[in-house]
Amino acid sequence: MERILEVKDLHIHFNAFAGAVKAIRGVSFHLNKGETLAIVGESGSGKSVTTKAVTRILPDNAVIDNGEITYKGMDLLAMTEKEFNNIRGNEIGLIFQDPLSALDPVMKIGKQITETLILKQKMPKKEAEARALELMKAVGIPNAEQRFHEYPFQFSGGMRQRIVIAIALASNPQLLICDEPTTALDVTIQSQILELIKKIQKERNLSVIFITHDLGVVANMADRVDVMYAGKIVEEGTVEDIFYDPKHPYTWSLLASMPNLDTKGGDELMVIPGTPPNMLYPPKGDAFAPRNHYAMKIDFDREPPMFKVSDTHYAATWLLHPDAPKVEMPAHLKHRIELQLKEAEKYNG
Amino acid sequence: MDNRTPILEVKHLCKHFYQGKSVMKAVDDVSFHVYKGETFGLVGESGCGKTTTGRTIIRLYGATSGEVWFNGNRIDGKLNKEETKAVTSKMQMIFQDPVASLNPRMTVEEIISEGAKINKIFATEEELKANVHKMLELVGLTAEHATRYPHEFSGGQRQRICIARALITKPDLVIADEPISALDVSIQAQVLNLMNKLRKELGLTILFIAHDLSVVKYFSERIAVMNRGRIVEMASSDLLYDNPVHPYTKSLLSAIPIPNPLLEKKRERFDYDPSIHQYDEQNQPKMIEIEPGHLVSMSDREYAAYLGAKK
Ligand SMILES: Nc1ncnc2c1ncn2[C@@H]1O[C@H](COP(=O)(O)OP(=O)(O)O)[C@@H](O)[C@H]1O
Ligand SMILES: Nc1ncnc2c1ncn2[C@@H]1O[C@H](COP(=O)(O)OP(=O)(O)O)[C@@H](O)[C@H]1O
Ligand code: SF4
Ligand SMILES: [Mg+2]
Ligand SMILES: [Mg+2]
Repeated sequence: MERILEVKDLHIHFNAFAGAVKAIRGVSFHLNKGETLAIVGESGSGKSVTTKAVTRILPDNAVIDNGEITYKGMDLLAMTEKEFNNIRGNEIGLIFQDPLSALDPVMKIGKQITETLILKQKMPKKEAEARALELMKAVGIPNAEQRFHEYPFQFSGGMRQRIVIAIALASNPQLLICDEPTTALDVTIQSQILELIKKIQKERNLSVIFITHDLGVVANMADRVDVMYAGKIVEEGTVEDIFYDPKHPYTWSLLASMPNLDTKGGDELMVIPGTPPNMLYPPKGDAFAPRNHYAMKIDFDREPPMFKVSDTHYAATWLLHPDAPKVEMPAHLKHRIELQLKEAEKYNG
Repeated sequence: MDNRTPILEVKHLCKHFYQGKSVMKAVDDVSFHVYKGETFGLVGESGCGKTTTGRTIIRLYGATSGEVWFNGNRIDGKLNKEETKAVTSKMQMIFQDPVASLNPRMTVEEIISEGAKINKIFATEEELKANVHKMLELVGLTAEHATRYPHEFSGGQRQRICIARALITKPDLVIADEPISALDVSIQAQVLNLMNKLRKELGLTILFIAHDLSVVKYFSERIAVMNRGRIVEMASSDLLYDNPVHPYTKSLLSAIPIPNPLLEKKRERFDYDPSIHQYDEQNQPKMIEIEPGHLVSMSDREYAAYLGAKK
């Protein structure tokens, strides 16, 4: 399989008033051509910073201490700003949580898309206008001819996100990075936007990085999943590996902590005690140890490496060490997974 | 019907906002009741009127029309001092944003005791203080937190403070308006478990407002689904989930992503198009009880069609 993007041992800190915030602490992952990789984790775990590093839009107080980012064989971090601009504009499309911040409030929608085409694709104006209208139709804006001449505030949240997607598509990207694109939207609008992204991906064979904290959205979108915690990837696998055979205690808690439509009323939810660590003082050992029911002595001293579970599945937990005591996932999570598999089987006939 | 006593009855409640010539019918003929000791969920997408409903019930907004009955007394409209006290101390609200709803210049103790002070619930300062400490422990904080300020707490802890503030007056009804929406995933489960524990231990009655149907279903015995200022369907949470009838409820249920990839990737989605109802003067929707305890907003024509299809 062709790797379109590869990130290796990325370390990033921020110079902040209170000291150095160690936001990314050794992140490695790759993206295959045409697949969707979901990055899932709680807020503050480093999802956005990781993608900002890939697109080189980190704020000024960020420092990349170490790491390699390779895009189609090119070393992105070694490029000059000018060389990189070419890639960012033509090959990578970005969609953020808040569509308003990506749009110019005082410019008509049609013009915003047209300008992007003129600037990035060097299209003549007439052609750009026609293409902009086509893009608006492609992302499902009704009455596109009329809405071409309207301003962002005249669009609902869902329609604005469609416009942002249209602008991202204007440069014919091969890589689409979506950072919580539906978090601010209602579920029925979210489901329409997810369908749209999937449709576009299929049509254009895009490679997608999809960031979210919603496991339902991950299940819907992802081929593979990276689970992030406190600036590290703690588990990686196919979507089936992660949902049906999770190995890391943090993934266990994520999967078991939210009620789903099958959770019986009043059942105690599995909770992760405490709060995520303060990244000014990342703990020694495994950052998850203080919140982990299964933590062993070693966890407070030494960070676990990535252990291989299968060719597609890796997890950073000492529990996978050959000498570790055998610890199974919690019984009620196991039960939940069995039920889910049964239900999926029933549904798929 | 149920023969339990309702603690809250909302009858044909309307709350319209007027802006110049335009009218925003945020709440438009909403009726439901909440029984003592139950958790009643009000669910719908943003802007459908959930918060306005809650705020009108607790008298933060005056009702445009309709009635609100609480503990057998009518509480919309003008109330005397005594009646006002009965509402302000016995009905409490928890808000979505625990940051915005806590005064940054007040200590935790001042915040929690404020409502009890205003309503003169406790005879002495000592009794008040003891109760503040009791509340803090009840919600999983400690007495030492009493002298601190809100900014020293995480989002989840602040929501615990809000819950303590709501509970100190020993309310009969708590209106919780999206109490976990602003919190992180792992913290949401902690607060949900806390509310579950309190509900069991204190026998609280809760009107639980949320946009997330899976959370509402987990937490509520009965659920009302709201759309554009109206309730479109109301039933026990199991009935609503197993047999949704209104096309909006179906669309909402189908849109919730389920964290089960082999199922989720194949699921069918339904879009809701309000124009399919073709309501007109002769054919207006009303709440029809299609099976015991299951009410759906339907016109007579739609009900006839529903019965026909069932056969
Ligand atoms: N400009 C900044 N200055 C200082 N710290 C930052 C900055 N941006 C992000 N961080 C910190 O980096 C960590 C990761 O943030 P982010 O990647 O935004 O998390 P998320 O997973 O929610 O997207 C957090 O601890 C955050 O506080
Ligand atoms: N104070 C107000 N003035 C005018 N319109 C309002 C006011 N409060 C709410 N609305 C409008 O009423 C509708 C319902 O709002 P709200 O009750 O907050 O919905 P929800 O809580 O379900 O998201 C929305 O269209 C909103 O814009
Ligand atoms: S390495 Fe130790 S602390 Fe970390 S997840 Fe595994 S068992 Fe828990
Ligand atoms: Mg982010
Ligand atoms: Mg609201």
